[in-house]
Amino acid sequence: MNFLSLFVFIPMVMLLGLWLAKGIKGIRAVMVAGSSALLALAVYLTVIFLNDRAAGQTAEMLYTASFSWFEPLHICYSVGVDGISVAMLLLSAVIVFTGTFASWQLKPLTKEYFLWFTLLSLGVFGFFISIDMFAMFMFYEIALIPMYLLIGVWGSGKKEYAAMKLTLMLMGGSAFLMCGIFGIFYGAGGQTMNIIDIANHTGGAHAIDLAQQCIWFPLTFIGFGVLGALFPFHTWSPDGHASAPTAVSMLHAGVLMKLGGYGCFRIAMYLMPEAANELGWIFLILTGISVVYGAFSACVQTDLKYINAYSSVSHCGLVLFAILMMNVTSCTGAVLQMLSHGLMTALFFALIGMIYGRTHTRDIRELSGLMRIMPFLAVCYVIAGLANLGLPGLSGFIAEMTIFVGSFQNADTFHRVLTIAACTSIVITAVYILRLVGKILYGTCTNEHHLKLTDATWDERFAVICLIVAVAGLGMAPLWVSDMITTGVEPIINHIGHTASTSNPFL
Amino acid sequence: MEYTLFILLLPFFSFLLLGICGKWLSHKTAGIIGTLSLGVVTALSYTVAFQYFTAGRVDGVFQTLVPYNMTWLPLGSLHFDMGIMLDPISVMMLIVISTVSLMVHIYSFGYMHGERGFQRYYAFLSLFTMSMLGLVVATNIFQMYLFWELVGVSSYLLIGFYYTTAPAIAASKKAFIVTRFADMFFLVGILIYGYYCQSFGFDFDAEGFAQGAYMLPTALVLMFIGGAGKSAMFPLHIWLPDAMEGPTPVSALIHAATMVVAGVFQIARLFPLWIQYAPDSLSIVVWVGVFTAFYAAAVACAQSDIKRVLAFSTISQIAFMMVALGVCLPGHHGEVIDNHASLGYMASMFHLFTHAMFKACLFLGAGCIIHAVHSNEMSAMGGLRKYMPVTRWTFLISCLAISGIPPFSGFFSKDEIITACFAYSPVVGWIMTGIAAMTAFYMFRLYYGIFWGTENKELHASHTPHEAPLTMTLPLVFLSLVTVTCGWAVNFGSFVSASGEDYQIHLDTQVAVTSCVVALVSIALATWIFKGERQPVADRMYAAAPALHRWAYKRFYLDEVYQFITHRIIFAYISRPIAWFDRHVVDGFFDFLAWGTNALGYRIRGFQSGSVQKYAYIFLLGALVLLLIMII
Amino acid sequence: MIQLEYVLIISAIMMFAGVFGFLTRRSTLAILLSIELMLNSTDINFAVFNRMLYPEGHEGYFFALFSIAISAAESAIAIAIMINIYRMLKNISVDKLQKMKW
Repeated sequence: MNFLSLFVFIPMVMLLGLWLAKGIKGIRAVMVAGSSALLALAVYLTVIFLNDRAAGQTAEMLYTASFSWFEPLHICYSVGVDGISVAMLLLSAVIVFTGTFASWQLKPLTKEYFLWFTLLSLGVFGFFISIDMFAMFMFYEIALIPMYLLIGVWGSGKKEYAAMKLTLMLMGGSAFLMCGIFGIFYGAGGQTMNIIDIANHTGGAHAIDLAQQCIWFPLTFIGFGVLGALFPFHTWSPDGHASAPTAVSMLHAGVLMKLGGYGCFRIAMYLMPEAANELGWIFLILTGISVVYGAFSACVQTDLKYINAYSSVSHCGLVLFAILMMNVTSCTGAVLQMLSHGLMTALFFALIGMIYGRTHTRDIRELSGLMRIMPFLAVCYVIAGLANLGLPGLSGFIAEMTIFVGSFQNADTFHRVLTIAACTSIVITAVYILRLVGKILYGTCTNEHHLKLTDATWDERFAVICLIVAVAGLGMAPLWVSDMITTGVEPIINHIGHTASTSNPFL
Repeated sequence: MEYTLFILLLPFFSFLLLGICGKWLSHKTAGIIGTLSLGVVTALSYTVAFQYFTAGRVDGVFQTLVPYNMTWLPLGSLHFDMGIMLDPISVMMLIVISTVSLMVHIYSFGYMHGERGFQRYYAFLSLFTMSMLGLVVATNIFQMYLFWELVGVSSYLLIGFYYTTAPAIAASKKAFIVTRFADMFFLVGILIYGYYCQSFGFDFDAEGFAQGAYMLPTALVLMFIGGAGKSAMFPLHIWLPDAMEGPTPVSALIHAATMVVAGVFQIARLFPLWIQYAPDSLSIVVWVGVFTAFYAAAVACAQSDIKRVLAFSTISQIAFMMVALGVCLPGHHGEVIDNHASLGYMASMFHLFTHAMFKACLFLGAGCIIHAVHSNEMSAMGGLRKYMPVTRWTFLISCLAISGIPPFSGFFSKDEIITACFAYSPVVGWIMTGIAAMTAFYMFRLYYGIFWGTENKELHASHTPHEAPLTMTLPLVFLSLVTVTCGWAVNFGSFVSASGEDYQIHLDTQVAVTSCVVALVSIALATWIFKGERQPVADRMYAAAPALHRWAYKRFYLDEVYQFITHRIIFAYISRPIAWFDRHVVDGFFDFLAWGTNALGYRIRGFQSGSVQKYAYIFLLGALVLLLIMII
Repeated sequence: MIQLEYVLIISAIMMFAGVFGFLTRRSTLAILLSIELMLNSTDINFAVFNRMLYPEGHEGYFFALFSIAISAAESAIAIAIMINIYRMLKNISVDKLQKMKW
């Protein structure tokens, strides 16, 4: 058995363990052991991956393995990783690990909560290790369903509405996606579901006709784009995040939204390069809108989670924006942005959850002067905010700069204008972050109930510090991550190539 | 010179140490850690300067040394490097920053004594010093941008040091957002620069620069906008006066001596490109500078908050430096950069140096005064000369220096600037002379307002002002000594000049005499108006033109205009409609889909009524229809 | 000997009386009676066709007997349900029984 499958196996064992676990201690023990094991595995994978790449292993995917699963449809369980998936696995492991600590004191129905939580992470890990379209799709669905229950049962506010909306919209996306995937499968000859085979026309696959690509590409892109908060399919994000419990928000914004960007890149663009070149401009405009629109919307929100959700729309928009710029630098930037956004949004949601848990309000008009009351959380909140607005030394900066430099490589006016428009988001981000920090943290506290509140407990501190260290580590020493991602991006971009679109009226 | 790395690392570690463990340290320990690390940095900077300038010249110019450089982030064919580059201006800046910063560290012991958040204060000072040092030794424009952002954040954190007061919160936010807005242009400039010149570096002889020449003016002007934001040039200056909400030593360090000259430094750093590829665009720099200098001087004449006066005077003086850079001309004799035609470059750097010293001295002096009377307003002062002799004399020396009176340092540098302006165009020369006169006037208005003039006896009776402790006066004395000597004791031109070759500063007698006379006349005027216990002339002047005074006092209502644009237009007409559109149109559409599906379901659920009789009807009807079909 | 047609006419009348009752009556008991009527009409048909067309066989009678037995059991259950419903709701009219719907 290939060791990558451990990423799916460990959560399965965790599920079993949780089922058998007795009492809160047992549940916590299983969760800590399992998520630590996953983190260790992800770190180990990163190390050996870097070693093997350094030793000259140039295959596109390393550690591949394939088992036939459903012969008539050529569905296999195939695994393999490249630089991008290693980065994503590492991110997921960090978020699951810290998410465990962030939901340390969650009540009621702790066992059920962690069961769904683990099932969700199983789907996420499975998605990132798969290289078979159908397996990917299946894991994608596994990751989506628990979300409904996690929000609907353990959420807050209009939780049933939010859970229903989120699930239905993402399921709508999956419907598009499924059409897209089967379209690709049959368009490429109906012999294999393996992504690498379809891309390289091996294993019985042949090139997909341009006319067909032009149908399946938008379907697949939108299907994944819904999860990646592509305008105008992003509206599940504010409601969903606002109602979700802390760790679920973290996992959702931190990892699940990355499934969208990853899928767009790995399936939609990689398998249908001609259509990506031909129709990319439409989506580029949509993502450009996402970036600016999300940032402007965040400026006037009054709910902490809404601000962060719109900010996620803006930042995730930047991910899709960058991959559509279709060059190595911008796509490396896109993956860096996924990592960076994953970590810092998780940090943000963790902190918001902790603040909400104490004050029982997320309305920024009712909060003030928290710096004096809960200094640790407040300082971390400032750090998260600064990371969000791209402070050098934290992860946001490197990702944004890589994206902007990469996007600027496209020398025509159309791409230039969009790049410059996207640059304005860094100013607007500063506006809403500073507005928020000034309103809720600074000043003096006017609500006397808040004066008695306590600062973070040890488990919360641990989760937050882990994330800050990751954010700062990525921001200060980006070289190795960036190199690792580049090795994964390069073959894909070489495959996609770059030709000017004939249908773009702005060119 | 690998040890230069420690110049950056030491403050960084002290930042981490004070930032993370500050809580557990006593005020004294924290202050000592910060000051000691800065002391070592200062010593290292002086060693670097000594080694660098004594190493001698090769082919008549100081060599550019890069003791350390590494790729930090690869960006496709480009790369984002981090390193240390030493050339005359960066070494000069090292000295300026470390000196002023050390003085401020020492001074803060007294000024911030017993303040809550003392450790945090020292941590931020260390962060700022590290970033500023990193900015000046940058080996490439991107590294400069990185540290540029970091100084912006440290400035934000320090302005908002008293985070419980509303003005400090607003001021810090404003400072950050305005400079961020300007930085966006800087970033776009960098992108253009990187793309067309295929390099972010400062080795301007490289091939790429000639190829990208046609886009360089655009890139440079965009970067200038970034610089104008940081250096508070009109119309992006609005953040600087408000930034005075921070602790006064911070104003001295960041908003007078070092960070605000980053824009000047940026142009000086890219000067070879400006002069070679975009000499025409330099006129933008000149006119922005001239207008800013005039505007700020005019506003400074009417302010009543002493820190605001100093802030506007800073804006005006930085504008002098900008103008000086702008008036440089390409050489005539084949060489692109000629020391004589580019006199302004040297003058600008010289003024930067002298200004940092005397303006820091002025601000620290203002700090002592505020410490003594617990107010920023001139109305709380007056007649302080008998209470605070040391502060008074050092303040006077700095005032004379900024007014351009020999033999104080400001005279020499300002004189070079005006000489360069006259060489560029007599119009600019005369305008700048006029603004220099205004400078002398408002500085002495300030001086008399604080130390002479009408004393606020009630206030002083209840709380007698006293001279500041030694930790605070010592830096004042040191800085004023530098101000007294550095003009004539060293020949600045032999260290820093446009082409790097030795340049002997010689005073243009005509200009020197004119500006001296003009400054003296202004000082005399200020003495006549503001020195007395009662000030009939001043009162009559306010009475004669109340509108003008009010406008100048309100800074010509520019802040209100910005407020209007951001809140009334951007927030009200862009953000709110977008947020509304998102909730009601985009989201409404998806809610409508869900609602539509539901409604349709309700419509057709009658088919599944469960009442068997209805089924039977339909069954019968169906059977009949089938029967009919079969029969026909 | 009675003509086949007469018997069939009777059973047809019974059948359509049953159908009419089934469709129009609102009382569950009446509907049950109508169903019984329809079942009985088919039983008659079974018996008659067996007798007239295949006098040597007995399958039609068997079937009629089975049907009678089942309909007896079924009426017992149905009436039991109705009694229960009546006890709970004091009503056995079909258009009033909506509790379990939707």
